[in-house]
Amino acid sequence: MGDTLSIMLTNMLPKATAATKQSKRNRIIKDFKLNKSLYLLVLPVLLYYFIFCYGPMYGAVIAFKNFKPALGILGSPWVGLKYFKEFFSSMYLTRIVGNTLTISFASLLFGFPVPIIFALLLNEIKSKRFSRITQIITYLPHFISLVVICSLIRTFVASNGIIVYLLSLFGINPTNLLGVESAFVPIYVISGIWQEFGWGSIIYLSALTAIDLSLYEAATIDGAGRWKQTIYITLPSIAPTIMIMLILRMGGLMNVGYEKIILLYSSAIYKTADVISTYVYRKGLLEFNWSFSTAVGLFNSVVNFLLLISANLLSKKLSEYSLW
Amino acid sequence: MIKMTLGRRTFVFFNTIFMLLMIVITLYPMLHVLFASVSSPSLLISYRGIMLKPLGFSTEAYKAVVQNPMIGIGYQNTLFVLFGGLIINITMTSLGAYFLSRQNVLWKNTIMGLIVFTMFFSGGLIPFYLTVKSLNLDNTLFALFVPTAINTYNLIIMRTSLQSIPLELEESAKIDGAGHMRILLQIVLPLSMPIIAVMVLYYGVGHWNAWFNAMIFLRNRELFPLQLILREILIFNNTNDMMVGTNTGAGDVEMISETIKYAVIIVSTLPILMLYPFLQRFFVKGVMIGALKG
Repeated sequence: MGDTLSIMLTNMLPKATAATKQSKRNRIIKDFKLNKSLYLLVLPVLLYYFIFCYGPMYGAVIAFKNFKPALGILGSPWVGLKYFKEFFSSMYLTRIVGNTLTISFASLLFGFPVPIIFALLLNEIKSKRFSRITQIITYLPHFISLVVICSLIRTFVASNGIIVYLLSLFGINPTNLLGVESAFVPIYVISGIWQEFGWGSIIYLSALTAIDLSLYEAATIDGAGRWKQTIYITLPSIAPTIMIMLILRMGGLMNVGYEKIILLYSSAIYKTADVISTYVYRKGLLEFNWSFSTAVGLFNSVVNFLLLISANLLSKKLSEYSLW
Repeated sequence: MIKMTLGRRTFVFFNTIFMLLMIVITLYPMLHVLFASVSSPSLLISYRGIMLKPLGFSTEAYKAVVQNPMIGIGYQNTLFVLFGGLIINITMTSLGAYFLSRQNVLWKNTIMGLIVFTMFFSGGLIPFYLTVKSLNLDNTLFALFVPTAINTYNLIIMRTSLQSIPLELEESAKIDGAGHMRILLQIVLPLSMPIIAVMVLYYGVGHWNAWFNAMIFLRNRELFPLQLILREILIFNNTNDMMVGTNTGAGDVEMISETIKYAVIIVSTLPILMLYPFLQRFFVKGVMIGALKG
């Protein structure tokens, strides 16, 4: 009995894998027949991503070649890690990586909590009308173009500008702050906060409205004041939102907004203002060091990606919140 | 009912003051620009400090701005990019969102993964530039909206919104013999007008404010969009085009330069400022949809 059974099984097994392969192929064919028009419909979208997103990813291979436009990507000779080595031994390495990290962390440290705190405070405003008006007004800077924002900054921190004037009341000598190395990071971070604190609070506000009100009622009955309620109910309830936003932020850590920096910096303050992305832009598009700047850019992208993954993993281990 | 203790009352008081302060901080820069743009140039140049009203009154700056041909060209190009761009954006995003929101599609999750991956990793600026160049799009206005046809974040928001359309509608249409294209055009899209409005606004603002891709791809000044013209004027202090025709002496040039800059800011931001109060409701909706489900 056992023998026949085992013979039966051993005979069935290879057929089983063949059968699953066959059924998988059948599923694919069946799905294609069923959804043919759907796949046709999404073809332009796939083409777009293929050409403009995955195309450049393939193009990044020129970081390992000595790319000459005349020879094209395939025709240019391989040089391996030459440009990476050049970058890591460059005297500017510590400067630009340091600035990237400084600006990123400063933005994170000072900029990340502001929308959250603003949302919490806004949530305490009783008058719906006042709250609404405040929201509408504080969302506005988000929609003003970066060019205009930077020109506002330039005007206000010029030697005859308001900010400089106000600072002079505190005894600080009037001078164009965009020429002062140590002033760049504060200017960058504070203007960023000004522009985004209103708009950034929307996500947290919507998370706050989703909190079950009966939790607050129960807490009041137990005698908890508003402050305790905030710590024990409000914050834990919006913690998932905060974590997700934080993880997403980590993934962009090395991608410091180069557009804004390009509009504000000058060679006088490269020491504190030059970051990886602006370096890539200058080396590549202004000095035509194609391969070198691609290598630096690739380094940037990879580090970003690793940061995102580790932030996600860390969050998974320490709490239950993660992106995937 | 929250107990109105002294502590609570103090908090409410300071919170209100704080909100008013936030409003002032947000509005003041634009007010300053507005006042300065209609101020008399000679009074403005020597003034330091906070402006609570215009200094004198002069519309000279606006006259110069309106007469500047580059501003008109900038507006033209931006509008071309705006409309052309929106058509492509909405079409592509709708196709993608429709596909990703359907059920029983074998490759859907794989494709979704591949698309989302592009949000976290890219080839970099230089390969992107070379790609666009190799397609001969550089130095054309098409470089400003074809390579950025789909914003993945917007795609996800729209997909989330389409997922809430009841399955029965799609199924009954299928029974009636409708193909996917008809379902999309005659059922799904008409029901999704709110989210499409959000898409139009999100993509629209993006096109209006964009300048970087224009800077790296365009060499022909006649093709410059508004923000790039602004950059010349505001960041590079290049108001030469606007001096032609005005009766300004050497010293006056610097003064009127200042007021011209302020006027230019107002003229270029005016559309956004005027439409904003009416449209902000839609923007907020978009973020909510994306946040709650994305």
